[in-house]
Amino acid sequence: MTERTPVTVTVNGIQYERSVEARLLLSDFLRHELNLTGTHVGCEHGSCGACTILLDGAAVRSCILFAVQVNGRAITTVEGLASDQNHLHPLQEAFREKHALQCGFCTPGILLTLIPFLAENAQPTEQAIRTVLSGNICRCTGYQNIVDAVLLAANPLP
Amino acid sequence: MLSESGYDGKVLAGGQSLVPAMNFRLAQPSILIDLNGIDALFYVIPGRGGGLQIGAMTRHRTVERSDLVATRAPLLHAAMPHIAHVQIRNRGTLGGSLAHADPAAELPAVMVALDARFRLQSARGERWVPAADFYIGLFTTALAPDELLVEIAAPPQPPHSGWSFQEIARRPGDYAIVGVAATVYLDATGRCTEARLVYLSVGEGPTTAHNASAILRWQTPTVEAIAAAAHTAAYQDVDPLADIHATADYRRHLVEVLGKRALTEAFARATEPHPSVLRA
Repeated sequence: MTERTPVTVTVNGIQYERSVEARLLLSDFLRHELNLTGTHVGCEHGSCGACTILLDGAAVRSCILFAVQVNGRAITTVEGLASDQNHLHPLQEAFREKHALQCGFCTPGILLTLIPFLAENAQPTEQAIRTVLSGNICRCTGYQNIVDAVLLAANPLP
Repeated sequence: MLSESGYDGKVLAGGQSLVPAMNFRLAQPSILIDLNGIDALFYVIPGRGGGLQIGAMTRHRTVERSDLVATRAPLLHAAMPHIAHVQIRNRGTLGGSLAHADPAAELPAVMVALDARFRLQSARGERWVPAADFYIGLFTTALAPDELLVEIAAPPQPPHSGWSFQEIARRPGDYAIVGVAATVYLDATGRCTEARLVYLSVGEGPTTAHNASAILRWQTPTVEAIAAAAHTAAYQDVDPLADIHATADYRRHLVEVLGKRALTEAFARATEPHPSVLRA
């Protein structure tokens, strides 16, 4: 029987307790143990950004963290953004408005990268947006609509 | 724990290089020793006489945002945004990057240019190693298998010194095609006493352009002297490899161009008033 380690972690405000192998990646923990499949796995080596989540509010790659490392910590995944089934997060609304996703594979990682960025940069320039997104690869959109969505989120129409 | 596990054990710092390697099965340690709970290794504090002391587990993002680093080691501050992406910098650590010794990494070159020293600790005791002596080969450092890098000490910047960091990458956050960390020192008459060009991504590790330094030593840093030093760096001090990102010739070209830019910027900074004067 492979040794298992207890992990207690708060995800999107809900506390979970599980017993996992030390080698289990956080991305796999979120997807398979907690059934939170909004966090996507693209490259499994930290380059593509699809697996990006918030750990204690900071954007990090979940595919290169082990689940046991987040014991006692707070995680936000894309499932934690909308306030309820009928109300998207304002950033998600802006993405919808500006058609900032097509297949949507990169979108959760991009949204979570942008949340702390916008918290610190209320009026980002286009260059600053493009720079912060340099760690998230999107194959569909060409990024322009994503930039437009971020600008809209930062400057909501009355 | 490290001395008990021998070659089968690896320390886990930020994991931003180690865990990708493990995911690829290129690294298969049987034991990982997680350093993330050792609070005592996370710090940025003033060093003796105006320098800096940084704990090895300090996250890149902390260094990037530190006012202390910005004022006492502006070369380090300037290099930080070039390291990968913000998500990597939120988790990656200074010590982890320095011990990993990727030839394309910014920090080893910066530390050599700054004349920084590293404190290494083991069950057998501790020792200090200058950054210039720490890098001995491809992904190979002076760390013994049972040693841990615990602290980085950067000396104070003397008056009439300057710095510059230059890097070319295809996109922000990509591995550098070529980069350079430069530090220069002038005497009171404006003559160069030392000029260091430390390149990254041109060889097995941080590569100091010694012949270029010799050209500038005890000379007035004129446009011609700078051009000669940059040319020497490209054609006598480095032997870059070709790969899918660039030919050797293109890397050599970048060595000269970035060398010239770095030296020009560094010498301009060296003739500005010293920060301590500005603060008065």
